[in-house]
Amino acid sequence: MEKQRDNNHPHICVIEKIVDETPTVRTLYFKDSVLANVLPGQFAMIWVPGINELPMSVMVSDVTDQAALTVRKRGESSTALYNLSVGQQIGVRGPYGNSFKIKNGKILLIGGGTGLVPLMRLIKFANPSNHITVLMGSQTKNEVFFEETAKKLLEKNSHDIVPVTEDGSYGEKGYVTDVLEKLLEKNTYDGIYTCGPEMMMYKTVQMANKKGIFVQASLERMMKCGIGICGSCCVNDDLACRDGTVFDGAHLSQKSEFGHSHRTKSGILEEI
Amino acid sequence: MDSILETTLGSLTLKRPTVLASGILGISLDVFNRLHDAGAGAVVTKSLSKEPWEGYPNPTIFSVKGGGWINAVGLSNPGAENFAKMIEPNNDVPIVVSLVGSIEDDFEYMIKKFENCKVAAYELNLSCPHVAKVGLEVGDDIELVSKIIKKVKSITNSPIVAKVGLGKSDYLATVDAAVSAGVDAITAINTVRAMAIDVETQMPILSNKIGGLSGTPIKPIALRCVYEIASKFDIPIMGCGGISTWEDAVEFILAGSSAVQFGSVMGDNWVETFGEINSGIQKYMERKGYATIGEMIGKAKRQ
Ligand SMILES: Cc1cc2nc3c(=O)[nH]c(=O)nc-3n(C[C@H](O)[C@H](O)[C@H](O)COP(=O)(O)OP(=O)(O)OC[C@H]3O[C@@H](n4cnc5c(N)ncnc54)[C@H](O)[C@@H]3O)c2cc1C
Ligand SMILES: Cc1cc2nc3c(=O)[nH]c(=O)nc-3n(C[C@H](O)[C@H](O)[C@H](O)COP(=O)(O)O)c2cc1C
Ligand code: FES
Repeated sequence: MEKQRDNNHPHICVIEKIVDETPTVRTLYFKDSVLANVLPGQFAMIWVPGINELPMSVMVSDVTDQAALTVRKRGESSTALYNLSVGQQIGVRGPYGNSFKIKNGKILLIGGGTGLVPLMRLIKFANPSNHITVLMGSQTKNEVFFEETAKKLLEKNSHDIVPVTEDGSYGEKGYVTDVLEKLLEKNTYDGIYTCGPEMMMYKTVQMANKKGIFVQASLERMMKCGIGICGSCCVNDDLACRDGTVFDGAHLSQKSEFGHSHRTKSGILEEI
Repeated sequence: MDSILETTLGSLTLKRPTVLASGILGISLDVFNRLHDAGAGAVVTKSLSKEPWEGYPNPTIFSVKGGGWINAVGLSNPGAENFAKMIEPNNDVPIVVSLVGSIEDDFEYMIKKFENCKVAAYELNLSCPHVAKVGLEVGDDIELVSKIIKKVKSITNSPIVAKVGLGKSDYLATVDAAVSAGVDAITAINTVRAMAIDVETQMPILSNKIGGLSGTPIKPIALRCVYEIASKFDIPIMGCGGISTWEDAVEFILAGSSAVQFGSVMGDNWVETFGEINSGIQKYMERKGYATIGEMIGKAKRQ
């Protein structure tokens, strides 16, 4: 019999499948009953042996007990994760963090880049009676991803999927927050959920707060432990890994660091 | 309301005996305020160096199967100057500033940066087990310990605490050197040098390979150290290592600690730990008929 797993110790998983989403984004699938069943908004610490360990949201898979990571290659470590092949090993710890409180009724998801990952899991947990609008932001056409995934996940829901590109090469032109602003002129929602670049989340939270709409954002900060020991992920007096990563808009509006500053690897507060 | 929990370490008086250990949640004043509100009698900062340090790549912290945590964060910190600026507005929280350096001049340089800050005490980290030329490597060098403490005592009136750990030389010799040089209190202990290997990848898990063990597995070791120091020296002690309940805290006080520090417990329990341990100690004191923490300190070594 397998001994009970210690979720704070790296557990080794083997990459089973890799899907290219865009020229810089890839989804890696692996068997893991723990991460396959996390709540929307939760993340894991992913060890690329010999390289680094990174915080990653957990992507959904339609295979039972399979989990996934959708990674964009950026610096050395995320590129190393991106470059893994089928059969190679990663270590996973977690799940960490809290999760989105999903409202009933009309909900809107607004995400950019890999910030869409926790929003895809949110869809999976949503009630079939929810009407769901998804705004997906990216720079240009060939960086749009998860449109098909979202469609499939939303089969049972009435929905609108709106891709938005900054250069207008696909879908609506501009920033996702411009599209949100227009939508909010005519519509209201029971809940808005956002994850992605901080300025996008900041604008979204401001707009929703002004209209009195329930809004939640999932924040990214420098993470080392993931469990509330090291302090590196603090946002004012909150620890993103433990008190978040999901925070209510009303709470965020009182945090001077949200939308303005984050900490570097050495813990220096720097402007975003 | 809880003056029964007041404790003194030389010239340092704490309203409550529970202290946040260095390196735990220790880089933001807002977080210090939150922990103070949660019941911390004082907070110790992350160990600060002259310049900002990035620390080691991850993995830097994870749990050990069977209990405890291993870390090698590599003393990542924003540097003394940035940190001093951040805590300048502080008036309410007793902040113990932890410093790490290689020679006496490093400590002098850093203490000068805190001229405009309210500093409850300085804790000299003579015991970090996983960074070269600082921490334990300094603590193992008795002459250097003596030089550093004499220098630091000559430039500040704030109480000086020496944090010791288990290194290559006898830690009691380090304590002896610190006490002779005029140190005001001792914190014991730091993490204990340790490692973990993943059997599937056949690799050490920490990026630095070797780090320090903390949490419940080191509690009996830390307790033994506090007891030995209290038996041999007349010096206030902050016991640290593996404390996770009020009962652990009382054990350390009975062994000779005037206050207790903890950190790893926050990985399981959260900031409520401070309130829970405080009220547990208070109930114990009421049950046993103690009016002050002072009456309890070192009770276990009377035989
Ligand atoms: C909760 C959470 C969930 C995330 N989910 C995803 C995801 O699903 N897919 C994805 O591609 N990316 C995700 N990220 C971002 C990802 O962790 C970073 O982009 C990645 O760490 C970059 O590392 P790098 O070494 O390649 O880049 P570097 O060149 O080292 O750094 C680039 C930037 O990445 C960020 N970063 C680096 N290390 C860390 C760290 N340990 N913790 C937090 N941020 C760091 C910093 O902002 C840094 O400036 C998530 C981050 C967080 C905090
Ligand atoms: C993540 C982490 C970082 C630490 N950083 C420091 C540090 O910067 N300076 C220091 O003196 N001790 C540091 N320590 C050691 C703790 O202060 C404490 O001595 C040790 O963890 C034992 O206490 P505990 O079992 O309650 O955690 C660190 C410990 C951990 C777990
Ligand atoms: S990542 Fe360590 S406290 Fe959040």
